[in-house]
Amino acid sequence: MTAQVLTPDAVVVGAGPAGLTAAAVLARRGARVLVLDREDTPGGIPRHSDHTGYGLRDLRRLVSGPAYAARLAETARQAGADIRTRAMVTHWTGERSLAVTTPGGLLDVRAEAVLLATGARERPRPARMIPGDRPQGVYTTGQLQTLVHGGHREVGSRAVVVGAEAVSWSAVLTLRAAGCRTTLMTTRHARPEAYAAFTVPGRTVLGVPIATGTRVTRISGRGRVESVEIEQIATGRRRTVACDTVVLTGDWVPDHELARTAGLVMDPGTLGPVVDTALRTSAPGVFAAGNLLHPVDTAEAAALDGAHAAERIARRLASPETPAPGVPLLAEPPFRWVAPQLLRPGDPAPPRGRLLLWPETHVPFPRLTARQDDRTLLRRRLPWPAAPGRVLRLPWPPALPLDPKAGPVTIGLA
Amino acid sequence: MPGADGTVWDVAVIGAGIVGAAIARELSGFGLTVALLEARDDVGDGTSKANTAILHTGFDAKPGTLESRLVREGHRLLGSYARAAGIPVERTGALMVAWTPEDLAALPALREKAEANGYDRCELVGPQEVYRQVPALGEGALGGMTVPDESITCTWTVNLALATDARQRGARVLLRHAVTAVGTAGDGTTTLHTTGGLVRCRWTVNAAGLGADTVDRLFGHDRFTITPRRGELLVFDKLARPLADRIVLPVPGKTGKGVLISPTVYGNVMLGPTAEDFTDRRATGTSESGFAFLRDKGERLMPSLMREEVTASYAGLRAATGREDYLVAAEPDQRYVLVGGIRSTGLSAGMAIAEHVRSLLADCGLALTPRTDLPAPPRMPNLGEAFRRPYQDAELIAADPEYGRVVCFCERVTAGEIRDACTSALPPAGPEGLRRRTRAMNGRCQGFSCAAAVTDLMERHLPAGAR
Ligand SMILES: Cc1cc2nc3c(=O)[nH]c(=O)nc-3n(C[C@H](O)[C@H](O)[C@H](O)COP(=O)(O)OP(=O)(O)OC[C@H]3O[C@@H](n4cnc5c(N)ncnc54)[C@H](O)[C@@H]3O)c2cc1C
Ligand SMILES: Cc1cc2nc3c(=O)[nH]c(=O)nc-3n(C[C@H](O)[C@H](O)[C@H](O)COP(=O)(O)OP(=O)(O)OC[C@H]3O[C@@H](n4cnc5c(N)ncnc54)[C@H](O)[C@@H]3O)c2cc1C
Repeated sequence: MTAQVLTPDAVVVGAGPAGLTAAAVLARRGARVLVLDREDTPGGIPRHSDHTGYGLRDLRRLVSGPAYAARLAETARQAGADIRTRAMVTHWTGERSLAVTTPGGLLDVRAEAVLLATGARERPRPARMIPGDRPQGVYTTGQLQTLVHGGHREVGSRAVVVGAEAVSWSAVLTLRAAGCRTTLMTTRHARPEAYAAFTVPGRTVLGVPIATGTRVTRISGRGRVESVEIEQIATGRRRTVACDTVVLTGDWVPDHELARTAGLVMDPGTLGPVVDTALRTSAPGVFAAGNLLHPVDTAEAAALDGAHAAERIARRLASPETPAPGVPLLAEPPFRWVAPQLLRPGDPAPPRGRLLLWPETHVPFPRLTARQDDRTLLRRRLPWPAAPGRVLRLPWPPALPLDPKAGPVTIGLA
Repeated sequence: MPGADGTVWDVAVIGAGIVGAAIARELSGFGLTVALLEARDDVGDGTSKANTAILHTGFDAKPGTLESRLVREGHRLLGSYARAAGIPVERTGALMVAWTPEDLAALPALREKAEANGYDRCELVGPQEVYRQVPALGEGALGGMTVPDESITCTWTVNLALATDARQRGARVLLRHAVTAVGTAGDGTTTLHTTGGLVRCRWTVNAAGLGADTVDRLFGHDRFTITPRRGELLVFDKLARPLADRIVLPVPGKTGKGVLISPTVYGNVMLGPTAEDFTDRRATGTSESGFAFLRDKGERLMPSLMREEVTASYAGLRAATGREDYLVAAEPDQRYVLVGGIRSTGLSAGMAIAEHVRSLLADCGLALTPRTDLPAPPRMPNLGEAFRRPYQDAELIAADPEYGRVVCFCERVTAGEIRDACTSALPPAGPEGLRRRTRAMNGRCQGFSCAAAVTDLMERHLPAGAR
């Protein structure tokens, strides 16, 4: 018995905001598009995010995560995309062919174009190397939300939330809905990473104190969490905070297994594949979108990536292309990464006309420059701050006076 | 309450780690009634769950010791048992790497030692060959020695297979039976007082691992003390596996076998263990100093490994006794056998230790009649990457779609496997036991995506009373 062969024009791996939006656009362009997702239902991370905050820029109104997920799935289906869930893509069988396990049997999917939209996850405790006992009660936000969203699962009564970015507040809200009080938030940074829109009401309405400039050095407890040890990084002073729940938030890493096993050129900063502004990876016909490329931005940004990639895939399906050689784009400190990372003459502007940067320190009104060798290509003063723990968006024009023969373009502070 | 019903077991084995399970399995092959007593709520929940899972040849044991002989025999016994029971074993071989001139000078003697241990396939190799075999090694390797038969296996499956087999052969597995006191009756039977009630038996085997000295004292002896030696380990992402396709050993020093790099049968790469003496027998936590030590070692041994994500970290406790050999002793008057100090080779030697204990019992006068009606070994669910797993098996999925429903994505564990583990002869007591039986939630996301689904399935399928 062997695998059933399917030959769509395009296959999309991952039915999160990026994949579903791409599928809808591709289907509308008349492509036969197959979407594969390993979960029971399409929608990606928003499925379990039971609070409002989704859809502002793509749906143009704010809805809850589950409503947003359902909306995107319905739109893609109505456009004609074939969405298959419980479909786990396990490995590549060729340049644009994938092996898939489903309850209905094994699939061998051979497509003209592949879009990887596999998302990102939060680093769990072992990956953060937090020593100590191994009690129950330590979660990532994603895990916490699937447990609470599924109903019936009990969380403790006093939580320490590690991180103070937007997702951390999402964890606080989920904990609150589950009857668990957040006694402390901790962040390595000198100030909370989330927008003041979260932090101010968070501090006052939810009454959550934030310990800045700290790191967790130990988790203790037999059976259930009893306490965490927290170090003030600057002084090395440590104290113990009693709690029965620990939520490790943020600290994202892309789900890049398929990207890496395809042998794609990877970016050492994002840990996702290197892409150009058309969201092509280094393998012909393989595109990528969403948090796989920029861990981590909002759902709407992932969705708009998906639409952007879909336009380029539709073109490629219509007429084969040979992209021009590109110039690498590099981030300088204090930025850990920039995405996309490759500029090709003649390519479109990046999704939404923005480059994405990941700052490692706080800069109130950053002035950015892009240089190639000793030429300045672009200078921009941003009216919003750069803050660690969230993406900085830099408006980026489609056509820059690039020299395709010169060295890489670097982006940094002026 | 067992025992209260008047049952007198021919043999009670204390401790359901690899050693105790192997002994119970061995003895239940001989027309004896056997009880396997375990303090915890699952088998294989002690040191046997947290080791480096290497099936040793015994090449580096101290020649002439009991350990040397039993590891060598155990390697062979477990190798063939694994084939029969479907336990994954990969013969990756090992490369011992010399990093200093002293290391290099020690290699010829190590090869001779291997030969004295009955193992003659080690070869000395130069630095070029070292880097050809493991290109990802850090700079500075001066030479090495190959040990082609060192293999890797799944310690969880080994323990579970032996306990399942013992049970199939008629042994009773008594969980939550921690032995707390020992009494003797005039009729020559022994009464074991346990947290699960009284257990009466004619013969007792003490295979209590870290608790073996305590149990030995309950029998009135005072001959050894266990100093737990903690070993911390880091498990790296599967994407690191191409870096290490064989075991990379250091040249052993005074403090033990040293820090090694090993592929795992699950497709990961492991770095460790540390060696740190403790008094607390529950000190299976990990430490800041242990992590720092391993990071530093790893940076030198294989820098590219340290760029990969850490998937798991854990610590195991070796039952060190300060002696350079196992401590296996029969007390015919007490009808009691001590199996102690099985420190760092018990996974490899377990089945041979069991045969050794059987012959000691026979010497003490226990009548052993081989059974002719023994069931075949159990066929264990395969957790190894080198062998076919349910998610890859079109026929299996066609027969039962639950094997096509991947629930734990990172480890590719299907709903069918979780159901099977929960309805098996020795079901898990909770999520930790399920991890050891299926790999569910052991992967890089540690339950980020699957914890809820896996827990739901477990609750649905576990028989009432198993939790
Ligand atoms: C707790 C939390 C709260 C958040 N709150 C907000 C918010 O309020 N507003 C907002 O805009 N954003 C929010 N976000 C961010 C938002 O959820 C993400 O940006 C968005 O989901 C990214 O979309 P994506 O399509 O890139 O990936 P994902 O949503 O992660 O989807 C990826 C999909 O790919 C599938 N997949 C991966 N590998 C495979 C494979 N091998 N085979 C088959 N399928 C596969 C996965 O199952 C998944 O369904 C939040 C995130 C979290 C974790
Ligand atoms: C870090 C590390 C790495 C290792 N690597 C390897 C390797 O690569 N290869 C190899 O062959 N070996 C290795 N070992 C050694 C191997 O793991 C052990 O030798 C083996 O697991 C010992 O098995 P056991 O059954 O004696 O002990 P355990 O597995 O500890 O079992 C003893 C059982 O007895 C129970 N018990 C204790 N007291 C009582 C009581 N009073 N009543 C009832 N039950 C009781 C405990 O709960 C426990 O389940 C390693 C060990 C460590 C720590």
